[in-house]
Amino acid sequence: MDAEPSVRVEDKLYYNRYLVDIGRPHVKVRAHTSPSPQLVALLKACPARCYELNDEGRVEVTVDGCIECGTCRVIAEPTGDIQWSYPRGGYGVLFKFG
Amino acid sequence: MIEERFDAIVVGAGMAGNAAALSMARQGMKVLQLERGEYPGSKNVQGAILYADMMEKLVPEFREEAPLERHLVEQRFWMMDDRSHVGMHYRSDDFNEERPNRYTIIRAQFDKWFSSKVREAGATVLCETTVTELVRDERERIVGVRTDRRDGEIHADVVVLAEGVNGLLGTRAGLRARPTPDNVALAVKEMHFLPRETIEARFNLRGDEGVVIEAAGTISRGMTGMGFIYANKECISLGIGCLVADFQRTGQTPYGLLDQFKRHPSVLPLLAGSEVKEYSAHLIPEGGYKSIPQLYGEGWVVVGDAAQLNNAVHREGSNLAMTSGRIAAEAIGLVKSRGEPMTATNLSLYKRMLDESFVIKDLKKYKDLPPLMHTHSQNFFLTYPQLISKAMQNFVRVDGTPKVEKEKATLKSFVNARSWMGLFGDACRFARAWR
Ligand SMILES: Cc1cc2nc3c(=O)[nH]c(=O)nc-3n(C[C@H](O)[C@H](O)[C@H](O)COP(=O)(O)OP(=O)(O)OC[C@H]3O[C@@H](n4cnc5c(N)ncnc54)[C@H](O)[C@@H]3O)c2cc1C
Ligand code: SF4
Repeated sequence: MDAEPSVRVEDKLYYNRYLVDIGRPHVKVRAHTSPSPQLVALLKACPARCYELNDEGRVEVTVDGCIECGTCRVIAEPTGDIQWSYPRGGYGVLFKFG
Repeated sequence: MIEERFDAIVVGAGMAGNAAALSMARQGMKVLQLERGEYPGSKNVQGAILYADMMEKLVPEFREEAPLERHLVEQRFWMMDDRSHVGMHYRSDDFNEERPNRYTIIRAQFDKWFSSKVREAGATVLCETTVTELVRDERERIVGVRTDRRDGEIHADVVVLAEGVNGLLGTRAGLRARPTPDNVALAVKEMHFLPRETIEARFNLRGDEGVVIEAAGTISRGMTGMGFIYANKECISLGIGCLVADFQRTGQTPYGLLDQFKRHPSVLPLLAGSEVKEYSAHLIPEGGYKSIPQLYGEGWVVVGDAAQLNNAVHREGSNLAMTSGRIAAEAIGLVKSRGEPMTATNLSLYKRMLDESFVIKDLKKYKDLPPLMHTHSQNFFLTYPQLISKAMQNFVRVDGTPKVEKEKATLKSFVNARSWMGLFGDACRFARAWR
């Protein structure tokens, strides 16, 4: 398989419509010093690339581009690494086609 | 706080919730339906193929009213390796019938229409309302819900949980387990817009005829997964999904897979010049029969994806959702008409009726297939597609090699890759799971 050119997820998310609930993120990462394997998996598995490694080597989440699939919940909620719920009614991603 | 009491509260306005709310409202029940999206459909993602038979049972005149894309006259299956695909196509003019059997749809638009039927039937539909909690009485029976919109509780005799695959409410309330990485797949999807005539020319279609392509093989890089390409009127839905456990294990990215699928030489020309207008993602229940949770209890039933009612082999989900929603509504109606309470014992009627339907019968038939595919994904999604592609190339390429030698070479490549025992074992396992 040839190496893939790097895919820019930000460009993909740009097509979508969102109503961001400012100051009320619906996904939170538990404070940690070094990330668990589950948290590390989210860096790749989240289809909107909401999870990133910061300069201190910790995993951070920014939910603005979240497409509410629930993948991170399935992987990292059981271990308590993240807290996950839906955005408030009407907020979040608004699919025109779906 | 909503002071009035309802016969039933339906959580979710997807396929299952709309079917349930519509059927209960038509029976004269007082129904409240709650949906977190701005409008019904604004959170929902599907391929999407609509199966007419199950829709007809709910809205017989849907063909005249609903926003449908194309009726399907052709189904293609592609087994892909990196540079080729081996295809099986079935196309028939029989599908150009008065009442076509399958259509492509666009969920956000379809759900909006479906919801208008629910309102017409007399149900109260409240959007932009996330249900946050189920309310129990002192005897642990479910008696209503709390939402993020109003203070206090809304009460009903029965709560129909049509909350989709994530099923947050039911799992938080301990009614069923949270989905696990090996019983759900993550699918990512894009909508590619092209002029209508271009789509018809590229896919060999006349008028509203439609075609869908289901693809498997090296596109999922050895993970359990499938790709799809569906022709709508003026756009193409394209996506790929793999088991969450496989993404977790391999560190592959979903968008990486999607882009690689789009760049495959068999796919690229279909999309050339298209404008992408949306990127979405959604989970799909993949666990099959063995993952179906408890379906009813004191004051509640669960329907659709929340109950893992999804046939991954045939890529059917919305029809199982609709049917389970309708059957739950019928069972609730029967209990109510007898003047009896919505106890677990009485609501077990829903499960008995569902067991008799195609929903449970089909899932039971394939009960061993999901685990087989998941544990042997390397063979079924990587090795065999490569072998079959090689065999086909060997078959069609004319290069002066005697045919007997060609056949020997093909056979040898299979045996080398999987060994006689391996081939035999795979065939037996597959046959047993399919039976
Ligand atoms: C990529 C993809 C392709 C697919 N292709 C096909 C196909 O071609 N054919 C097919 O038949 N099936 C297909 N499926 C499966 C099909 O989409 C599902 O089986 C079907 O949508 C399930 O319907 P549902 O009503 O159970 O759930 P959903 O349609 O997901 O509806 C759940 C609803 O509940 C709402 N909700 C959830 N929680 C709350 C809450 N707490 N408060 C308020 N509202 C809430 C959601 O916003 C949503 O509207 C596909 C699925 C995917 C992801
Ligand atoms: S729900 Fe999906 S899109 Fe949102 S953060 Fe989790 S994995 Fe990413």
